Amino acid sequence: MITAVRKPLEEIMGFAAPYSRVLLLGCNECVTVCYAGGRKEVGILASALSMAFLKEGKKLDIVEQTLERQCDPEYVEEIAQTIDQYDAVFSMACGCGVQTVAGRYKDKPVFPMVNTMFMGASERQGVWAERCAGCGECVLGRTGGICPVARCSKRIFNGPCGGSTKGKCEIDPGVDCAWQLIWDRLKALGRTDLYSEIMPAKDWRSAKDGGPRRIVREDLLS
Amino acid sequence: MSDFEPIIVAFACEYCAYTAADMAGSLGMSYPPNVKIIRVPCTGKVDTLHLMRALQKGADGVLVAGCYLGDCHYKNGNLRAQQRVGYVSRLLEEIGVGGERVMMTFMSAGQGNVFAQVANEFTEKIRNLGPNPVKLGAGKAAA
Repeated sequence: MITAVRKPLEEIMGFAAPYSRVLLLGCNECVTVCYAGGRKEVGILASALSMAFLKEGKKLDIVEQTLERQCDPEYVEEIAQTIDQYDAVFSMACGCGVQTVAGRYKDKPVFPMVNTMFMGASERQGVWAERCAGCGECVLGRTGGICPVARCSKRIFNGPCGGSTKGKCEIDPGVDCAWQLIWDRLKALGRTDLYSEIMPAKDWRSAKDGGPRRIVREDLLS
Repeated sequence: MSDFEPIIVAFACEYCAYTAADMAGSLGMSYPPNVKIIRVPCTGKVDTLHLMRALQKGADGVLVAGCYLGDCHYKNGNLRAQQRVGYVSRLLEEIGVGGERVMMTFMSAGQGNVFAQVANEFTEKIRNLGPNPVKLGAGKAAA
């Protein structure tokens, strides 16, 4: 999922300062699962913001709504009838959702309420860790299911580097060395032969280095 | 400020604190009428949102009373409640309402005296803190 964390309230209050009525818009997808911007988080932030303003003797009218997905135009269309009632939209979705809303309602200020972090998986309740960097050319089949792009600090393809000590990365003793994990897993699978193959230099154009990316599926176009 | 009577919302677990409050009454121990008890099946059911809404809607203090750690009927609901109370406390600090307006406490079903004591002490603490600043500000905002 795409993970996110709520922005500091001070920053959010700065966004809200010029307005008197805002739509606080949650998203039912990734940010709900990582407890950053779902219906419940919308309620908590609305309460906190409302109290923070009232304490200063100011009133901020906050209307709470949560869409099924903010990154799909058909769901964003649901607020078309009511959007004129608000001075601004405070989106609790990831950056994709914020931009979809801003793109649809061009004359309405849209502000992000969360900092979008990474594509991650849940390690346990309350902990998420980066697992995919969206590089556009998956190598997990050759690395025992452990990603050297997302989980190696240097993103190297023929590791480990000299900074690997006792299975940990030199950047932080709390960070596993991805290449140690890859080696251990390949060994367990009896596929250390994959490790012996030198991987060629990666073509990063399939990742972000080739500019903004799009997927066009001819079979689905309408 | 001396005539200020705080509104305290107490989320009480039915397996311990709610029974303890009942016992306090049975034993003739008094605790302030300021404390409005909401019975919950476990403090683990008390969400961050419930705590925030209570304060937003006018409570001056919120108490969450659950079983002793290790004694939860649902294993670790009280531990989760304690973590949420900590989160709300930090959030209240962040917005300047004061983190001490929310508190977690633990007791067993037989400790009517503990419930009465905690209710008295927390009410007194909130009385000394004064009214929820949100209510004061709301008056100004409406003016």
